[in-house]
Amino acid sequence: MPLSTSSNFARPDDAFRAIMEAHRGFTDEQSADFDAALVLILANHIGDIDVLREAILLARRRMIDGQQQQQQQQ
Amino acid sequence: MAKANTHQAKTQFGYRRHPDQDRPGQSAAEHPVVVVGAGPVGLSLAIDLAQRGQRVVLLDDADRIGEGSRAICFSKRSLEYWDRLGVGDRMVDKGVVWSVGRIFHGEQQLYQFNLLPDDGHKRPAFINLQQYYAEAYLVDRISELSEINLRWRNKVTALESRNDSVALTIETPEGAYRLHAQYVVACDGARSSLRQMVGADFAGQVFEDQFLIADVKMTAEFPTERWFWFDPPFHAGRSALLHRQPDDVWRIDLQLNRYADPVVEKKPENVRPRIARMLGHDEFEFEWISLYKFQCRRMDRFVHGRVIFAGDSAHQVSPFGARGANSGLEDAENLSWKLDRVLRGASPASLLESYHVERSGAADENIRESTRSTDFMAPNSHQEARLRKAVLSLAKETEFGKRMVNGGRLSVPCSYDSPLSSPDADAWRAGPLPGCSMLDAPVTMRAGEQSYLTDAFRQGGTDFTLLSFSNGAAIDAPVGVKDICIGGEDGLADPAGLTAKRYDAEPGSAYLLRPDGYVAARFRQPTRAGVAAALSRAQGLN
Repeated sequence: MPLSTSSNFARPDDAFRAIMEAHRGFTDEQSADFDAALVLILANHIGDIDVLREAILLARRRMIDGQQQQQQQQ
Repeated sequence: MAKANTHQAKTQFGYRRHPDQDRPGQSAAEHPVVVVGAGPVGLSLAIDLAQRGQRVVLLDDADRIGEGSRAICFSKRSLEYWDRLGVGDRMVDKGVVWSVGRIFHGEQQLYQFNLLPDDGHKRPAFINLQQYYAEAYLVDRISELSEINLRWRNKVTALESRNDSVALTIETPEGAYRLHAQYVVACDGARSSLRQMVGADFAGQVFEDQFLIADVKMTAEFPTERWFWFDPPFHAGRSALLHRQPDDVWRIDLQLNRYADPVVEKKPENVRPRIARMLGHDEFEFEWISLYKFQCRRMDRFVHGRVIFAGDSAHQVSPFGARGANSGLEDAENLSWKLDRVLRGASPASLLESYHVERSGAADENIRESTRSTDFMAPNSHQEARLRKAVLSLAKETEFGKRMVNGGRLSVPCSYDSPLSSPDADAWRAGPLPGCSMLDAPVTMRAGEQSYLTDAFRQGGTDFTLLSFSNGAAIDAPVGVKDICIGGEDGLADPAGLTAKRYDAEPGSAYLLRPDGYVAARFRQPTRAGVAAALSRAQGLN
């Protein structure tokens, strides 16, 4: 089963909002702790190592794009 | 590794001059196989080779065993191997049998696990036994075997590889002499001098965290279980391990700050308060204290021509998982039957390459598991520590969190992706795959006596064996293959049905076992030609 990147929520704004609101009132440190737990919970729910690896690659591409943008700005 | 001056050598052996040392000039004595290093791996390998009829010279640069605190956990697999070497009962009788582990976080138990929850196995998941007892029992066994010549205070100082032999220069208290061997097996430990002599490197990962290991003598009421703490109240922010050994000795393993000063930390007056905090009392004596840093690394090649490496000389892991000595013993059982066949001319020398393939694959698995455990105990960054914190916190209320907590994944036999295995041609729902270790199960002998499959295998002579499940037809095993039959008039009875269940067997099913107890092939309806082809493949003949 490949990673699904089509829009899966009927109301995507609700999902984004729920995650954002969960961080309200947290310091950056607390937010990072919270995210770590959330990632583990969601990863276990997916329960498919190939899908997880694909998701990790997709997320990592943000980092690479970000680094390239930084380098171009310099 | 430094030593507290509290523990005496258990056994001392005398150096004895051998006639090989009196040979003039260039006429060095010729031997089929020389094993270097009389630790658990070298001793076991020598016994195994001798039981197969090989004459073995076993060299060790020391004259004693028993110093220090080294391996303590010996696995079911190792005990089954030692049964075949005739020392299993002594090990188990002296050892502390255990199968339950508990993981704590702070003061709270996160979970417990049982490494051998089902019945019907001759041997337990683990015993704890000080390495010096294991070595002493193996040395005793060697004294019964005239094929083995064990030479203490014989230190290999030079090695020259030739096309048809290896020339060794050996230093003794009475000067140097030379020996020629068809094969040399280096079981000379993590700091192997033979590894340097063949010019091989030993690359891998060094862990910066320091761990304090103390063996303390006390009478205590802790159960015979492996207890592991993350962030215990007596050792805040770090991990701790408690394990019971024979003679009221307890192994305590405390993670230290990576910047801790080893000289200061291992002073008994500094260790004592830590241990007292852990135990809640001060009624103990030190047997041993040392500070460790761990490395996970292996040789690129385990076979260097006629010089073969086994045990810590070939691979090194962190101790969390009991994968050091146990994997060395698996090396020995994997190598001995192959080397025996090559020395007898029954298989080509290329069979030894399968030792490298199978055991370096096993080393990679052991290194991967032990690295993961060590990284979980000693996170390398803030984010790694954060992920660990999340896992430990989730473990309190979720099953998946418990399963992610890594306080050491304990040694089980590796499965081999091996050129010697014949892939399944039939449909199987369960049972050990080709390349996996045989499973034990209870059986009943014809006379009604209770026994085990591992005993039947051992009593057959630990050669290639066809394990077949009777369908009434006669067994058609190739010449030279032993047979174990389950069911039928002459076979072993399987009263609980556990053997058939563990092997997913139907009447007629058969497993071809290698001399090390690994599955070479399995068949729903074995034919003579099919078994013969699998046998040739497993013997490296095609």
